[in-house]
Amino acid sequence: MNTTSTMPKHEYYDAMLHAVDRGERLRLCLECGNCSGICPFGQVMVYPPSRLIAMLRADRFETVLKTDALWMCVSCYACTEFCPSQIPLTAGLMARTKEELLLSGNVPTELQAALSNSQRYGNPLGQSPRKRADWAAGITPEIQVLAKTRQAVQVLWFVGDYASYHPRVQAASRALAGLLNLLGVSFGILGPEESSDGDSQRLAGERGLFETLADKNGKAFSKYQFETIMTADPHAYNALKNEYPRLGITYPVQHYTEFLAERLEQLTPLMKREIQSKITFHDACYLGRANHVFEPPRNLLRAIPGAELVEMSHNRSNSLCCGGGGGGMWLDGFQWEKAHVRLSELRVREALAAGASILAVGCPYETPRFEDAVKTAQRESELKVRDIAELLAESIGIREGVL
Amino acid sequence: MNIAVLAKLVPDLVEELTIDSAGAKLDLAFARYIINELDDHAIEQGILLKERFGGQVTVVVPEGDGADDVLFTAAAKGADRLLKLTGFSPDIGNTRALAHHCSEIIRELKPDLVLTGVQAHNDLDGSLGSLMAGLLELPYVGYLSGVAIQNGAASVRKEYPGGLIAEFDVTLPAVLGIQAAEQPPRYVAVSKVRQTMKTATIESMPASAGASAPLLTISRMYKPEAAQHATMLAGSPEEVAAQLIGIFKELGVL
Repeated sequence: MNTTSTMPKHEYYDAMLHAVDRGERLRLCLECGNCSGICPFGQVMVYPPSRLIAMLRADRFETVLKTDALWMCVSCYACTEFCPSQIPLTAGLMARTKEELLLSGNVPTELQAALSNSQRYGNPLGQSPRKRADWAAGITPEIQVLAKTRQAVQVLWFVGDYASYHPRVQAASRALAGLLNLLGVSFGILGPEESSDGDSQRLAGERGLFETLADKNGKAFSKYQFETIMTADPHAYNALKNEYPRLGITYPVQHYTEFLAERLEQLTPLMKREIQSKITFHDACYLGRANHVFEPPRNLLRAIPGAELVEMSHNRSNSLCCGGGGGGMWLDGFQWEKAHVRLSELRVREALAAGASILAVGCPYETPRFEDAVKTAQRESELKVRDIAELLAESIGIREGVL
Repeated sequence: MNIAVLAKLVPDLVEELTIDSAGAKLDLAFARYIINELDDHAIEQGILLKERFGGQVTVVVPEGDGADDVLFTAAAKGADRLLKLTGFSPDIGNTRALAHHCSEIIRELKPDLVLTGVQAHNDLDGSLGSLMAGLLELPYVGYLSGVAIQNGAASVRKEYPGGLIAEFDVTLPAVLGIQAAEQPPRYVAVSKVRQTMKTATIESMPASAGASAPLLTISRMYKPEAAQHATMLAGSPEEVAAQLIGIFKELGVL
């Protein structure tokens, strides 16, 4: 393994200070240790943010680059949220350190495959880009792929990687398509022209790859006429809202729960079928903590007749990560080897402890992650995992994207 | 240590392959090309040897869609010299011909070691490494998963079916067919490849010995056909799984 560093060590501190806006706040670190206490993988994080900063200050960063525990960081924003000095730890220090690890060749093999796939195919799953819109086959009215119809639309639906390719998440995409069709929304998708949003790759240290993917998406956006972008993927939402504008790609963007919550007056009378269940909602890190969208998903769930919304012990800004962020989606084996625990399993146990029989989610990483966790916890008979779009569609009576 | 790695581009199986209407070759109109996976391992093994024992790595790739990417990526990993062979089409479809086209250029490099992937999914008439070794009159060992240099010879690990492993000493120069590098091909950051593209240069070289290259005539290309000798399981995944369980039980495996 090539572990020669790419810069003289005295420059590491400078690089971290200038990694992101407000990066200089690094100087304000009190070494209070909140970040390591709140870290969901704090027990195995050899260098949690405070220690990382101490190593930078001591000019001993080279030592950090020889270890691999930092790949346990799931970029969940918990440290950033609870830092009293308001240091942008997740987007700055942690992502920039992962970038140094990556450049020095210290990167887990599992992660390499997802990054290579993103580079080559525009999605981390390694699927053919030509099949990106295959999930939409059979939905009526037919979903507009903008390259074919070339018509102006109100909403460009940025579908995202897992919502396009993962068989479980495709079901949620079809449910959302059914809802949009029912509401009479004028919308279109990019299909094969859409690339991964790149946000998780960026937070896994692959900034160059992120920029390449953003550039491709930016070029695709600029070809079509639309008013706003909507996405079901909080990672794409975060990229489009906070990162793409820095690269000159600026469009208004909404998460689908925001978009649908604004249309609750239209939706509520359509939801006639009762879902007699206690439902709990998992705040996705990049919807909740990173972007403070807490209420729209809850408002949608409260509107479902028969449903009772209950909260888990960790909720809203204190939500517990599913383990998939910052590259964690592609480090399952690595995480297991290091920690012998899956964050998704901890979360599923919280949902059960809250008395819920449905765990509702609004992020494409989560349906498969939590369903797997329910299976490994052998609690399949007690807890179902559903995307909010699926629950709304069920209450209305939309099946497979068709009313 | 002068190491030459010969890598080729093959159709990417992520896209479905179709046979053209004449029925004797692939329809490559929509094909995307990717480095032969085992050639990627050969490049990795070459770089590892350079890092451990010193030397220079030259990567040789026949021209075609994606060849520049393969070469620049190899340079970002540590390859020293990048050669692109020009003058023949990437869908040459004939491994013996490719060996003839490349052998003179490889000979001129005067390598101590020639590494290449032990096979490729589009090898129709033999593997490139062994054919190349024949033309260069050099020793060849294939299916290797480890190479070290000791006392001016290569010490190699060859894997056999059934978990057997043999170690050979091979006099140099030699051609080695790589099954797996000692570590998975390393990932290089996009920014590093971009940086390399600004500094590294690709040398183009016309392929040699075109006239004497043996041709291969394919009379028919077709997808596997169901025959009488096998039982084909049909139905949904659940039905097929149920049938399989039945068969395993019958055989006493379950």
